[in-house]
Amino acid sequence: MAEKPKVFFHIIRERYCKGCNICVAFCPKQVLVLKDGKVFPERPEACIGCKMCELRCPDFAIEVRAKGEEPVAATESGPIDFGVPPEAHHV
Amino acid sequence: MGDTLSYFRQDMLPHIWCPGCGHGTATGALVRAIDRLHLDKNKVCIVSGIGCSSRAVGYLDFDTLHTAHGRALAFATGIKLARPELKVIVMTGDGDCTAIGGNHFIHAARRNIGITTIVMNNNIYGMTSGQYSPMTPKGFFGTTAPYGNVERNFDLCELAKSAGATYVARATSYHVPLLIDLIEKALLNPGFSVVEALVQCPTYMGRKNKIGGPVEMLNWIKEGTVNVKAAAALPPEKLKDKILIGELYNKQEGEYTADYDALIARVQRKYDKFQGGLYGCASNSD
Repeated sequence: MAEKPKVFFHIIRERYCKGCNICVAFCPKQVLVLKDGKVFPERPEACIGCKMCELRCPDFAIEVRAKGEEPVAATESGPIDFGVPPEAHHV
Repeated sequence: MGDTLSYFRQDMLPHIWCPGCGHGTATGALVRAIDRLHLDKNKVCIVSGIGCSSRAVGYLDFDTLHTAHGRALAFATGIKLARPELKVIVMTGDGDCTAIGGNHFIHAARRNIGITTIVMNNNIYGMTSGQYSPMTPKGFFGTTAPYGNVERNFDLCELAKSAGATYVARATSYHVPLLIDLIEKALLNPGFSVVEALVQCPTYMGRKNKIGGPVEMLNWIKEGTVNVKAAAALPPEKLKDKILIGELYNKQEGEYTADYDALIARVQRKYDKFQGGLYGCASNSD
């Protein structure tokens, strides 16, 4: 094991998430939980980066990245601020 | 996702589909396949008809066309004939493709025109509240089949194969890596390619048939399918009532627009030589 094991982190777009539970149920390492109806990475250190949550998510709400990988510019440069909860748009 | 999110019209998201609907998974698989092939956005045209599945084009940042019910393949045939250099993709649902547009489907397959058709089969008409479709299996329930469906369902892949499609494959929203691979192969196939994506409809199919929510439906899909490579080694009693997934048919044949261009070139050469006059007219006729 000369190569250092990769550490993964999750990008959650709460505005897109509808809380369907698919990613939580099919995660092989039980990394994810539902918190207030939205997905939340409870144990991100256990993630093995299989990306099954990312591939199966019907709402494009979750993304798995290895730490050290350069984030792609397109993610953050879109017109949507993912930090804003959806309720903020319905005042 | 990340770089693939740039293929979406992000101001249209989040999408309108129900929580846990498999159409989003299939749309994501298509986008990932396009991303893998590095296709030019301006050289891809995505056409859809009417239905839940056909909402997909509204979220995709390509040249898209949302057409009449069942007529997506008819519009796509026109696009492909006018601009053969474009990659034409049709996103359609089971009702849109097999019931209303069934005629267009078999004839597009017969012509072997270079269109990639992705049929998102959720076994029911979801948008209009769960009527049974030609793809609803026998004995399953719908709002128009309260005592169980008595009709037999289509095997879409067999139908496409016998109608003349040159690439036929089936995957599900559970087997997403397989679905991406198959869509990628279908996009590379020059002729008519069909990828049937079995997706879950938790709102109507799951509720009416007491299968459960999205997770239970995905488990139901997982248990009901066998990969065609694994099926070759299994005894026939284990394959009873199982749906085969994987690449089911792949054969190269003459593509329609290429043949059509060859015909135009042949006829043009004949008329280019034509100088007019009675003698030319007589010598030109064959």
